Amino acid sequence: MLPADLTAEEFAKYPPQARKLAVAHLAVLRELPLSFVPGLLRQLIEYDFMFPAERASLDKELAVLSALPVAEIGEWFHDFSQVRLTPANERLDWVGQPAQFTEQFSAYLWSTHQMDLFRSAATGYSERIREAAPPDAPATPRLGIAVIGQGVASSDVKLFRKLREHGTYFSQIDPDRGLERLLAVAAERAQAHPAAYAHWYVDGGKAASYSPELTCVSYEALTPAREWLLKDIEHEVQKPGMGPEELHSHLAKISPGELGMTGNGLGDDLLGRFQIKLLTEGSGTQIFSTTFAQWTAREVLRRAEALTLLVRFAPRQRERPMSELLSARAASTELDPAGSLIDADMGAYYQWINQQRLAESKRSSFVAWFEGHNQAVAIGPSLPRGAESSSRMDLTALVRLAAG
Amino acid sequence: MIRISPKRNLAELTGDRLARQLSLTRRDFLRDAAGLAMGSTVLGTAPYLLGQAPVRKKRKVVVVTFGGGARDQETFAPEGQENIPHLLSELAPQSSFYTHMMNQGILGHYVATASLATGVYETLNNFSVTPPEHPTVFEYFRKDLKRPASNTWVVAPSNGFNRIGESNSRLYGPGMGAGVILPKHLLKAATAGGGSDYGHLLRDNYETLVDAAPAGGSEVELEQLDRILKLSVDDFMAHARTVSSPDELSMYIVKRLMKEESPDLLWVTMHDIDVAHSGAYSLYVDAIRRTDRLCADLWRTIQSDPGYAGNTTLFVLPDFGRDSDTDAGGNGFQHHRTGGAASRTTWMMALGAGVREGTVYDRPVQSIDLVPTIGAIMGFSAKLSQGRPLSELT
Repeated sequence: MLPADLTAEEFAKYPPQARKLAVAHLAVLRELPLSFVPGLLRQLIEYDFMFPAERASLDKELAVLSALPVAEIGEWFHDFSQVRLTPANERLDWVGQPAQFTEQFSAYLWSTHQMDLFRSAATGYSERIREAAPPDAPATPRLGIAVIGQGVASSDVKLFRKLREHGTYFSQIDPDRGLERLLAVAAERAQAHPAAYAHWYVDGGKAASYSPELTCVSYEALTPAREWLLKDIEHEVQKPGMGPEELHSHLAKISPGELGMTGNGLGDDLLGRFQIKLLTEGSGTQIFSTTFAQWTAREVLRRAEALTLLVRFAPRQRERPMSELLSARAASTELDPAGSLIDADMGAYYQWINQQRLAESKRSSFVAWFEGHNQAVAIGPSLPRGAESSSRMDLTALVRLAAG
Repeated sequence: MIRISPKRNLAELTGDRLARQLSLTRRDFLRDAAGLAMGSTVLGTAPYLLGQAPVRKKRKVVVVTFGGGARDQETFAPEGQENIPHLLSELAPQSSFYTHMMNQGILGHYVATASLATGVYETLNNFSVTPPEHPTVFEYFRKDLKRPASNTWVVAPSNGFNRIGESNSRLYGPGMGAGVILPKHLLKAATAGGGSDYGHLLRDNYETLVDAAPAGGSEVELEQLDRILKLSVDDFMAHARTVSSPDELSMYIVKRLMKEESPDLLWVTMHDIDVAHSGAYSLYVDAIRRTDRLCADLWRTIQSDPGYAGNTTLFVLPDFGRDSDTDAGGNGFQHHRTGGAASRTTWMMALGAGVREGTVYDRPVQSIDLVPTIGAIMGFSAKLSQGRPLSELT
């Protein structure tokens, strides 16, 4: 089937709001090339479970497309139309299972050496949409906070190397009640600019006490779900014929209920689905808490477009060397605070990069702090870049300074 | 994920510009740090024409590929130099260094290694147990030069690589390829199936939790230990208990092969760096440091072995790069899924016989040029390869 053959009935199995949205924009969907539409439907089918920012973004995109004259549609999607497709592509259930289609289509693009062409088309489209429908300005300039190095007594590592060039390095920060102060700043912002899923606290270990106005995700709270998932994966991979694609499809079908995520304080259905995706779509998130924290920060910014995001990294389990694994010594789960500090340092940099991808990035601010220590880096509109400061201040003052 | 969200910032350099910039950064850094000369400033002739004495012993080639690219910022850029002291201070000054090697194929480790070994961008499923479609360098070598099976070997860490030694090309066919030793298979056979505690050591790769192929029959593996490597199971396991990673075990196997079989064409695929897929940056950097040390160790072994010293050309190259920090379609160092310039652009180092030492070449070359280059060096024709011999080495 091709997009031109689409009818409203094709969307009968979509969740209610997604179905309504698809039918409302059926006319333009019929005009778009097959190399593009499944990627759009992959987002659309999730509409009922999207954060408000994601919905607003998709609504805007579809409104822009629906308003395009037919001649302009041809121009906008000229590059996508150059992608060679086969009858086998057309036969796949790209309406009912757009995620599976795009996985297979991605493999097809690689194998036919068309990935560069597709990438170029996608990049061009992104630029056009961004120009036609610029993202909304945030209600208040964004604030990102990364707390790294939990459990590290001392370190010779030069921290924040990549962030320093974008802001000011502080060497005399008062660490007293540091996390508490930072959470209080996050809570203040949540009270001042209340909005669903706009203010987040992500903890790579056990969450500290936090304001109910914050949306919280923690690695420890997901321990039962992670353990269930790892056992399930172990069971599935033993099955004959199981391959990466099959496993991915299996994981995509797991519901919050199966992972014990309903009615146990782990949040609503939307948050439960978000957390499942963190564990089933992120490589390494099931194993390493530092990876979990970094990936969660990425997804919170990409999907929820958080106004406030505090990420606290915690020590991950130690990777045991081969010699130790082969020895007869009893296995025990140890932590690796020193390695985790390096992971988190990079994770903080990625958090800042992902924050900078959002609207009004020049007005946003960012603070990364070595937990329990005097070192921090602050990035903000009024702070000099590549500078160092020995000013003494606590973390509340530092965040306010960064925000300007 | 192949759809780029419109809200993502597209500040990244365009592909060609970024690839070129990566190449120039490597060239400048190598010039500053290791005192290497620019190849374009030297006569573009083969080293033998410049008065070097021709090698009299039988020519040998050793290829080391990194399964899992290492990016410039963790290696050749100034901030990464601390991770590769051996490559920079020991190997680079002795090498011809190609700063701009492009991989235009599929960026999966098995299919990319197969492409390196055939000189054609293969399109097989990265996670399947499939031989390359086109003839491998091992088949060209053995058929053209009439060499026995014992003269060429592949050492690769992953189960999925067990078909890498031989294509299904009808022009060459079964029995004309290289012997393949998979240390993880040996380990599994030697431990009679292994324990759950180190099950993940035996896993195929870090991209997926699913093995591409089950391990082969343990009898075959144990026979390899005994007949080829001249190792008892006890000796093998005793050594395995002293190494920190699968790549260290691979290097041990390589040294045993060099000692016992002295192959003329030897191919080693490292894999530790691919731990980056787990998202733990410190483990990725640790693996780069380990690989740096192992490459230097191999080079010293080559130089100290009378069968290899003076007549061996060593090639060291990652199979491809990794995603850029600024590419919104990826997650930085963790993967190589975007197809962006940083994930396609890498480098290659050639050392030893027939190599002009301390020279940098920054013209664009392709990873499929390796096989015809080896052919030109060793005297066989890589007829079906789509690459071109690197004129500076042949």
